[in-house]
Amino acid sequence: MTDLKRQIVEQLNLQHIKPEEIGDDQPLFVEGLGLDSIDALELIVLLQQQYNIKLNNAEDGPKVFQSVRTMAEYIKSHQQA
Amino acid sequence: MSQNLYITASCSIGCNVVIKDGKQLFENKDADVQAFLVSVYQHFAISYPRFYKMDNLAKLGWLAAELLLTGSFDKSVYQPEDIGLVLSNKSSSLDTDIKYYDTVKTIASPALFVYTLPNIVMGEICIRHNFKGENDFFIFEYFNPGFIQQYVSHLFETGALEACICGWVEIIDNDYRACFYLTEKKAKDKTILFTEENIHHIYQTTHG
Repeated sequence: MTDLKRQIVEQLNLQHIKPEEIGDDQPLFVEGLGLDSIDALELIVLLQQQYNIKLNNAEDGPKVFQSVRTMAEYIKSHQQA
Repeated sequence: MSQNLYITASCSIGCNVVIKDGKQLFENKDADVQAFLVSVYQHFAISYPRFYKMDNLAKLGWLAAELLLTGSFDKSVYQPEDIGLVLSNKSSSLDTDIKYYDTVKTIASPALFVYTLPNIVMGEICIRHNFKGENDFFIFEYFNPGFIQQYVSHLFETGALEACICGWVEIIDNDYRACFYLTEKKAKDKTILFTEENIHHIYQTTHG
């Protein structure tokens, strides 16, 4: 998850946050990291660029992007598939 | 009969220098444009994380507005709908358009796409300050103080605005310049009349 946090900070230009400051289970949107809808699209791009994973069903987004841990689990399950 | 309007503050950013009301506030000679804009943000200890997500045109205009208004403007005397922006430049959003085009060759960047219009910089300023008045962004071959003076005066005469942030905000590669000035109905200390000559004078003398 350390690499994923660094990739999120770089992809979303979160220069005010250090990767290690992001909690594994911290919500990424609204009250957590405060990401917005454009950030959500950038996270989809991150999955595609870094892991060659396409999020085909947009309805999966809120679950997948709930936290760094849920993203990591999604990546792991789709890399194994 | 047209009323007198006044330029009550000015701020320019260019040549790696920040000038407010004719006085140099900051200089960082060795930085490229990206590093310089971040250094301005950090020097003035501004806390607005959204800044880092902006493209360079929005960063430049947002900083110019931020420094223009700090200590110079009491927005509480106006309704949000009475405060507007009239900005202009030469290259529109071309600086970011080119960067976005590069990403299209692989995976298009949503974060860059949202800045492929020049007026987005005005949206960023309005979000920051809760301005809801008239917004206009004009593209000119050159800085055009005569048009801006007439257009903004008309907005005041018709009651559309009570205060207006005006300016030139241009960036292409490492060539950049912002020259912002605040226009109001009431004169303050050291204000000058809102005339074509005075706008031109600010542009010429505050480029760092």
